[in-house]
Formats: sequence, structure tokens, C-alpha cells
Amino acid sequence: MSEKKKLIEVMDGPSLTRTITRIAHEIIERNRGAEDMAVIGVRTRGALLAERLVATIEEIEKISLPLGLLDITLYRDDVHTRLEQPIVQKTEIIFRVSNKVVILVDDVLFTGRTARAALDAIIDFGRPKCIQFAVLIDRGHRELPIRADYVGKNIPTSFNERVVVKMQEQDEVDGVYIEKPVEE
Amino acid sequence: MTLKRGHLLDLESLTAEEITLILDTARSFREVIDRDIKKVPTLRGITVVNLFFEPSTRTRISFELAEKRLSADTINFSKATSSVQKGESLKDTIQNIEAMRTDMVVIRHSSPGAAYFLTQCCNSKVINAGDGAHSHPTQGLLDLFTIREKYNIIKGLRVLIIGDIKHSRVARSNIWGFRKLGAQVAICGPSTLLPYEVEKMGVDVFTDLDEALEGIDVLNILRIQTERQDAGYFPTLREYTELYGINSERLKRLNVGFTIMHPGPMNRGVEITVDVAESTDSVILEQVTNGVAIRMAALYLLMANEPIPSREGVLS
Amino acid sequence: MAELIITGNRVIDPYNGYSGPGTIHISGESIERFDPEFISDLGEFENNVRLINAGDKIVSPGLIDMHVHLREPGREDEETIISGCEAAAAGGFTAICCMPNTRPVIDSQEVVRFIRSRAQYAAARVFVIGAISRGIAGQQLAEIGDMVDAGIVAITDDGKSVMDAQLMRNGMEYAKMFGIPVISHAEDMNLSRGGKVNEGYQATVLGIKGIPSVAEDIIVARDIYLSKFTGTPLHIAHISTEGSVKLVRQAKEEGLRITAEATPHHFTLTDDLLKTFNTNLIVNPPIRTQRDIDAVKEGLRDGTIDCIASDHAPHSPEEKDVEFMEAPFGMIGLETSLGLSLTNLVHTGLLPIETLLKKMTAQPAKILSLPYQGFKSGAPADITIIDLNLEWKVDKAEFKSKSRNSPFIGYELKGKAVYTICKGEVVYAESHIT
Repeated sequence: MSEKKKLIEVMDGPSLTRTITRIAHEIIERNRGAEDMAVIGVRTRGALLAERLVATIEEIEKISLPLGLLDITLYRDDVHTRLEQPIVQKTEIIFRVSNKVVILVDDVLFTGRTARAALDAIIDFGRPKCIQFAVLIDRGHRELPIRADYVGKNIPTSFNERVVVKMQEQDEVDGVYIEKPVEE
Repeated sequence: MTLKRGHLLDLESLTAEEITLILDTARSFREVIDRDIKKVPTLRGITVVNLFFEPSTRTRISFELAEKRLSADTINFSKATSSVQKGESLKDTIQNIEAMRTDMVVIRHSSPGAAYFLTQCCNSKVINAGDGAHSHPTQGLLDLFTIREKYNIIKGLRVLIIGDIKHSRVARSNIWGFRKLGAQVAICGPSTLLPYEVEKMGVDVFTDLDEALEGIDVLNILRIQTERQDAGYFPTLREYTELYGINSERLKRLNVGFTIMHPGPMNRGVEITVDVAESTDSVILEQVTNGVAIRMAALYLLMANEPIPSREGVLS
Repeated sequence: MAELIITGNRVIDPYNGYSGPGTIHISGESIERFDPEFISDLGEFENNVRLINAGDKIVSPGLIDMHVHLREPGREDEETIISGCEAAAAGGFTAICCMPNTRPVIDSQEVVRFIRSRAQYAAARVFVIGAISRGIAGQQLAEIGDMVDAGIVAITDDGKSVMDAQLMRNGMEYAKMFGIPVISHAEDMNLSRGGKVNEGYQATVLGIKGIPSVAEDIIVARDIYLSKFTGTPLHIAHISTEGSVKLVRQAKEEGLRITAEATPHHFTLTDDLLKTFNTNLIVNPPIRTQRDIDAVKEGLRDGTIDCIASDHAPHSPEEKDVEFMEAPFGMIGLETSLGLSLTNLVHTGLLPIETLLKKMTAQPAKILSLPYQGFKSGAPADITIIDLNLEWKVDKAEFKSKSRNSPFIGYELKGKAVYTICKGEVVYAESHIT
């Protein structure tokens, strides 16, 4: 890419951690505890967030929730219209989802298509009691009637911007940025 | 990394990277077929035609399952029930089927090059499910997958293919596949069933089985067909079994941790004894299960590739 | 008084060993006079004389292709005598010999007469070759005497080998009586059964049953011995292996009356090309290895191989546009034979142009005792003018043949016939020439 871009920080490391903690509290409050709950993260950043969420809930409630990692590639609706096929990663859901409160976790909620694919995928594993959706960033521009139950931060964006979530496990730093094209 | 082709015709023209991509992708599909609901919506709306001009149980069912588990619509066509019986040419057959807006074709045919021929007379993506003695790429890939799952790495393994190499598409696919991933490949069989200048494919050639078994990690035992006896390639099945049959007695001299493969269907008691086929060293049923995952991967990677199939691969 | 005069700086007459300037005066269907000089000023001739100034182009006696399959009678959709002769004319050939594997087979006087009468007004002369065995079934002799009476110039079961050595021996002894040679299609049909391509590395990789070179060698050896035993001249058709070139060379050294022909595809194409699964490459004998090509070229150079013949074998698209194993043997060759020979043998320096032309004129004429004598008074006025340096591309749409089964489509060749004159008439003129 020859076109210039600049990154603007919208959330730093400590506030990312505070946000996860707040979402964890909201989940526990709304469900009156964490009984029969499971957390499933959408690969790749959603999975990392899910891991942290499970750890935080464990700290608060002293209960270890089952964690699932979901690759939604096979559920995408654009398989044969894309030019490059995404690499299919392994889905790891080794517990039964039936009758569980499933917390679906992703980093950014944008068009809603990823969430739609993730919902289909989870339902193929069984019949959860309910599915609740937690996202770190909601950037708007929905193309499907989907909303999140827990939102870290609402960030209005324009369509040609990109929201970049960085996480220590993968990117050596925690933080959320907006990537804006720079006009010459 | 993507598959740089619109068709899967042979393993000779695939790069090691492409083979590895298919194997890696198959691993994810293996997880799908181990689920309770063994189905994903990936190829919803895609129509796959299974054109089988030769009898086949395993491969046809395996492809059909792979297609169904990816939610594709499938049409099965076999020679016995078709207008091929009325003298319709392959070209007319495929063009007529394609006129009904199909997207992919899986073909099994007795003529080498039949899958290549299809790529030239239709616009669908083509997967070769066996063309004469030439190639059977998904079989080669599932064999690679099965062995890689067991040993984690193919490079450096010593693989021996035993039997009728001359008429075997499985042998040709295995030779290219295992060699591309760095294994050392040897073949063994009666000299009448070893094709001319086969050593130029980069394999060690043996006619003495006990000599060939020295230091081997993987044994791929090919089916021997009775027709070959009638055609005079060897005197009797009894003598074949005597010279090339695999039994537990023979295997005593092998490395610890060797693996027995067979592409099926087996002639128990001829090329392989029951105790060997059912021993813990045998991955024969594992091969069958993995076949579905490999075919799902191939279907997915070809279909997710590009909207309009290209014609490359034909001259490769 | 001459009606057509051809003059040029490079007249080559392999029949009489002449190479130099010359002027040929043609009257009716024959040559009236030959003068060994170039006439630059054509003004002295009257208006009702047609003049062709060949300049530095080659003027040769009409080329002969002694191995052509015209599909008439039987498969007129693939080729007719008329269309085959037009293809011949476009390729520079004024005479072709047609092989007997038509339907019905040329094994009786009636079929010979039919072909000769059809060919009367065609663009090239057609000499007929009869079958050795009835229906080329390899069982009993055809009525060879009757066919000789009707004008055949040789016998062969081409397309198949005569597998019964006793029948081949009888055919030879019988042919000797009438003074005609026997042409051998050398292929041990037990060794070649089910084969489609040369048995070699390519066949191994592609999983296609091969035809081993030894299938040809064995029958060439057998027929050389039979020829020696019976004293009948033997001609080996489409020689393709290193082994059989060696056998023919030895036989010639021994003084036996053995001759041989090679096709352009057997000195041009190797079996490596088969990986394209192009059914137009399926031919019998099969295209072989570089080693065999080198041996065939050496045979052409040292005189072991006497002539070049195309083995023109037309097939319809319905027959060739099928799965590899279903496609029949054969490729068309009349319109590419000269171009491939010039490009691969003359322009590469392997053969002088005089030698090539000898293999395409005087030598086949001698083997089959055809009534040609080169540029002499009273000889047939069959002439080919060749532009050695004309570069052209083989174009499917330009074929005069009714069939299109050539693996050479798209090839860039150097050298082409620009005028073909048969029986004193211009039957073909290159459209780019005025």
C-alpha cells in the first residue's frame, strides 16, 4: 500500500484492562452470577479478549468458565466472491453448549456479518440457553439487525477508516487505534 | 497463501506449499467432521457434479459426504444410468450438465487425462477423482495427511509402495506427493508390474520385498487385481502372495513405529493378511475418515479461490 | 509452342543431378524443353504465353508424398480424393500415394479403378497402393495381380502389421512376380496391444500404456530377413526408432533392396509433449524420444532413410475431441510436411536443399517406379516452386484438408511451396505472391 495512513489512539493499555473488567462485572450482574456460563471468542482478537474475560470473571467469582475458540471462515457469506481465501483455523469448542449461557466475544462490531456467522456456528454445536454478545468496540455501520449486549466503547467512524485492536499476546502492546487515510 | 489454480488434476504440478496448505486446511475440516452436527454452510448454493465413469464406492461416497458437509448441492452421475450408454460423448455430457448451471465437477474415468480434457471443454472447476493409471490427487493427499498426523512431519520418512505400480494411480500420486514433502520413496513389485524408467521419478526400485522393507517407516500396500494374472503379468495370485504378500512374519524386521496403509478395497489374504490390516500399526480406516476432510479442503480451497475458473494447470 | 514458361536462377532437378539456372517450357501436360539458363527479359514472348519468373526461389520437379490416407471411399467427411489433392497441392505435392485402409479396403480392382477415376480431375496425381491381405485382415492375400492390372504401384497393409510371417512371405513372393515393392508397417501387435504412446518415461508418468520401440524393431528385422529370403524390394514405412534405423542401415550395407521413409513428426516431436494430453499427438508409430529423433535425422543425413512422407491421416473432430484413450491414431501432414522439413532439416544445416528435394521427388519415384524423369522433354509437367525463406505460421483456418487434426497448429515455419504446377496447370499459388 503506497497510500499513507495515520493511527490515532482511542484507548490505551490500562483503559483496555478497565473496560474488560467493567464488561465482566456487567455480565455477572445481568446473569446474577456465572453459573452455567461459557465464553466463546471469535478468532483471532476476540479469542484473546475471551481468554482475558474468563480470567477476570474467575478473579471476581472464583469460578473457571469453559472457553471456546471459534473460526467463522466456514460460515462466511462471501466465500466464493472473495479474491483470496482466508486460511481456515481450527475451531476448539470442547464443551457442550446446550443449555449454557454463551457469551460470544469479538473485538470490533462493524457490519454484523461476523456475528451472524458466529451465531450460526455456535448453534451448529448445540442449543444454548441464550447467547449474549460482548464487543470491545462498536464502530457502527451495521448491515444486519444485530446489536451487542455489552459494549466496551462506542466509536463513531467513517466507512473508510479501520479500527485496529492490539493485544499483548499477539501484538506486544494493548490498545485500540483508528487508522485514517491521510489526504495528500 | 492461496491455491494458485482453478482445478485439482494431479500432484505433480502442485508445489510443496500448496500441498501443505491443503493438509493444513484439512485439519480444520477434520475437526468439523468430528462434531455432532457435521455440517457447515460454506458451499451453500454451489452445485457439484460427481461424474463417475468407473465403479467406485469409497471415493464416490467420500466426495459426496464432503460436498454435503459443506452444504453444496450434489448431483451423481454414473455410467450405467446415463446417456453415455446411448453413445453420448464426454464433451456433450459435460456441456449438457453444465448448461444447468453447475459449478464444480468431480470426475472418475478410465482414460488418463480425462480430467484435463474436461477443463478444456467446460467452465466448471474440476477435481480429478482418478483418471486411469495417471493420477488420484485426493488419495495422495489423504495418505500424506494421515501420515503427517501420525509423525507430524513427512520430511525424512522412508515410504515403500508395494504391488502393481504399473497400473496404479495411487502409486503415481503417492510418489509425487511424498517426494515433494521430502520423504524418501521406494517401490517394490514384480518387474512386470514396474513401469518403464520409473526410477526417473526419483524412487528406489526393488523386486525383492525383504530387501525393500529394510529401514522402512511407512508401507503403502496396493490392491492387486486378478485381471493382471489373466493378462500374464504374473503366473498366479498364490505366487504373488508368496513373493509380495504382507504378513506379520515379514514385518518383524521393520523399524519400531511403522505404519501400514492400503488405499482399499483390500484383497485380504492376498496382498495383506487380516492380522496386519487390523493391527495397531494400520491406519487404513483412519485414511478413509481423513479422505472426507481432505476432499472438503480441496472443494473449499478451489471454490473459495476465484469466481471464474482459469484454465491453468492444463499445460503444466 | 509452349503455353507456360518458368524461369529461375535456382532450378534443382534431383532426377538428373542438375542445380543451376534454368527455363522450363511447358506445353499441354508435358515439358517441351529445358534450357539451363535464366531468362531475365521475358518481353520476347508472346502474350498468350504464361510466364512465371521464379527469380531466386527454388524450382523443383513436383514433390511426391508416398504415404497419404485419403479417406474416400468410406469417410468422405474426413477427406475426399478431391480435398486431399487440394491439400497436397497447397503443400507443394503434385503426386501422392494413397494407402489401402479405406472402407471398403483397396483390395480389389474395382476400388482401385474408382479412386483413379475420381482422381482424374483432382489437383494432384494419385497413385494407388493396394492391400497385401483381403480387407487388411491379415488372413489371405488380396487379388494383387488384378490390382496391378488396374494400376497399383505397391502393396501394404498399412495401419496394421502383417503379423503372420508366412502371409508376409507369400505377399512378398507374389509382389515380386509383378515387379512391385512391399511396404511394411512394422509393429508387433502383441507388444503394442492397448498402447497409445511411446513406452518411455512420459508414458510411465502419465499412466498410459506404451508401445515399446522393440515392437517396431522386431518386425523391421523380420521383414528385412523375409525380403532377403524372397528377393523382393521392401520399403519400411514411417520409421521411428533408433533400432530400426540401425537395421535398415545394416541391410543397405549388405546390399539388400531395402528403403525407408520418415515422417516430419518423427523427426520433430518428442513424447515429452504428451503431458498436454493433446489427442492430435496420438499417432502410430508414436512420437518417440530425442534419442530416436537424433537417429532418424542421422538416417536422413547418411542416406539410410530414402524419403520423407507425411503419413497424412485425417480424423474428424468428433473422433479426436474425446478422452485421450478413445482418440484414434493419426495426424494430417500434407500441408506442413515441406515447411517442417525445410525448417528442421535444411535451415538447421543437416541436409542441403538438393538432398531434401531428392528425398521428396526422385527417390520415392524410383522406389515405386513412378513415370517421372525430371526436367526433360516429354516428361510430365509437374513442378513445385519453393520460397526457402518465407516465414509463415500454421493456421487451422488455412488448411485445405477437410480435417484439422494437426499438432503443428501455431508453429512458425520457414519455407513454403508458393506455386504448384500439376499436369501443366497452376493448381496452387501462394496468395501473398502476385
